[in-house]
Amino acid sequence: MEAYDIGWWGVPLAILGGAVRVSTPFIFVSLGETITERSGRINLGLEGTLVFGAMTAYGVAVLTGSPWLGVLAAAGAGSCFGLFHGWICSFPRVNDIAIGIALMLFGTGLAFFLGKPFIQPSAPGLPAIPLGFWSDIPQVRAALDINVLFVIGALLALFLWWAFRNTHAGLVLRVVGDSSDAARAMGFNPNAVRLLATAIGGAFAAIGGAYLSLYYPGSWNEGISSGQGLMAVALVIFARWNPLGCFAAALLFGGAGALGPALQSVGVTQGYYLFYAAPYILTLAIMIATSSPGRSLAGAPGELSIIR
Amino acid sequence: MTDTTVERTGGIAGLRPAGLEPIARRGEAVFIPLAAVLVGMAAFSLFVLFLGKSPVQLYELMWRGGFGSWFSIQNTLSRAAPLLLAALCVALPARLGLIVIGGEGALVLGGVAAAAAGTALTGIPMSLAMPAMMLAGMAAGALWIGSVGALRHYRAVNETISSLLMAYIAIALMNHLVEGPLRDPASLNKPSTHPLDEKLRIGDIPGMDVHWGLVVGVLACIVSWILIGKTKWGFAARIAGGNVRAAQIQGLPVGALIVGFTALAGAFAGLAGAMEVAAVQGSANAALAAGYGYTGILVAFLARHNPLAIIPVALLIGGIDASGGLIQRRMQLPDATVQVLQGMIFILILFSETFYGRFKAFNPELWRRGG
Repeated sequence: MEAYDIGWWGVPLAILGGAVRVSTPFIFVSLGETITERSGRINLGLEGTLVFGAMTAYGVAVLTGSPWLGVLAAAGAGSCFGLFHGWICSFPRVNDIAIGIALMLFGTGLAFFLGKPFIQPSAPGLPAIPLGFWSDIPQVRAALDINVLFVIGALLALFLWWAFRNTHAGLVLRVVGDSSDAARAMGFNPNAVRLLATAIGGAFAAIGGAYLSLYYPGSWNEGISSGQGLMAVALVIFARWNPLGCFAAALLFGGAGALGPALQSVGVTQGYYLFYAAPYILTLAIMIATSSPGRSLAGAPGELSIIR
Repeated sequence: MTDTTVERTGGIAGLRPAGLEPIARRGEAVFIPLAAVLVGMAAFSLFVLFLGKSPVQLYELMWRGGFGSWFSIQNTLSRAAPLLLAALCVALPARLGLIVIGGEGALVLGGVAAAAAGTALTGIPMSLAMPAMMLAGMAAGALWIGSVGALRHYRAVNETISSLLMAYIAIALMNHLVEGPLRDPASLNKPSTHPLDEKLRIGDIPGMDVHWGLVVGVLACIVSWILIGKTKWGFAARIAGGNVRAAQIQGLPVGALIVGFTALAGAFAGLAGAMEVAAVQGSANAALAAGYGYTGILVAFLARHNPLAIIPVALLIGGIDASGGLIQRRMQLPDATVQVLQGMIFILILFSETFYGRFKAFNPELWRRGG
């Protein structure tokens, strides 16, 4: 190990590697939430969905031996949470933000409850693509180990960016999100579209959770998510409901999250917890910088309650 | 003009005509949440049955653990004390239409500030040091949640997300201070601040094993109720909560109201943290982030943001919390059992919003129509 000591060069490298590693859950949750918010509804419960997805994926992977079945099961469970959120919010006078908070507490509670037996056993993890094979330096190899889900997430961002503009489904989603009345006049059922959009959002968030428990950090415990689901919701606003923006923002957040561990690896341990707070501070700073009391945000869906 | 806007946005009892109607509406405000809690408990019974356990045994244990004996009642009361204040941290901003869910952050920092003040003030007469300690806690909380309100009003930053992000920042800050600058070198396994002087510890209410925080919490609820219901500031806040634009047109100082109410809300949460330090922990440490801030959200919503209703609801939820350990031991259920039940109740309470005004018995407008 000593022979490969690359000193301070390890910091940017570790941040780069960390950005790729840490960003994947952000990518999935924020892409899912983009679909949901484009339909005019907001789901703050994705934090709970993420934790529940992490537990489901881990549990199923332990029981069946297949991490991919785990990811699939997580997506199924997540879409159930999404459907539930969408269904309750379709009743008059039910507040989607408050329901999101309730589902956040319920989802994490249920995940802790059902996941108790899975804290001990170890599950098979998701595979990584060793893009750093050309290098002999372990740090480089570690930084360039890229998980398959990261690649899928990147492709998904590209696809959604294209689909929002160029497909019929994308158009319907945007119309419903901008004005329920216009959607109804065009013959679409806003509640049905929102139900579907929330279900897809939930499925994506749960896949983000599956990545946490099956790859990085790669175990199931009650502290697995520290607000990633919620930060991703803020990230969607920052990315202006643009899937490519979500991908870039997720990388930025991943890098912020990797700052603390990266500095620690070269021996900077002073203020470790403050570095740990970096992603939250970054999220907050971005929200402050991009919000404005005078005008509504460019690109915001008109029906979105969090903006009004 | 004012009357109709208020009527449509819902809920100023003082502006309604007297007679049976307010009673009917009050009956609705009691019946619907109660029904929601019962349906939540029924749904949880199904969940427990599905796991092959007895819901009867569970609810029996819950009763015994929460309210069944003098010992368990005292345990419940001790847990209700911080819940009262944490719930106010949600209920007060809610009157202005703000959903603040990061009370945990204000609570944690309030505890750290109180511990820091308590350590710094050793040797000063207790009659001065104790209030100073509590004030430090309140100031920290007020600063924290007050900035959430200020960001909301002056920068249009969504208060729900910002308050929760700030809760994570607060907990990181607490860990930093407790492990670093404020750490007592003698605390080895569990990093803590220096233990408070015995004289700075809050004692128990005479004859009970419950600390004075309970009294403080109940008083805070009563003061908040008077503030909202009986003062011009409360009235202005309710107008602003109903319709910001109408409030601004009428010349109400909306910005000052929002910052003032959120700061007061944060001060209450900070006070809760300060008292956890002074009465329970004896120093600030990671145990401060015990989740009272999050349970407070549930209490506030269950009480429909009414400060007086918070008192019985906090006792109910405190009792459910207190019974968690007993259920875990006797039925071999995970400690998150109570959390699942609370989550179910929370969802049903929010869902029940849709039923207000739909039941004939509670709705004077339907009486008149005769149908």
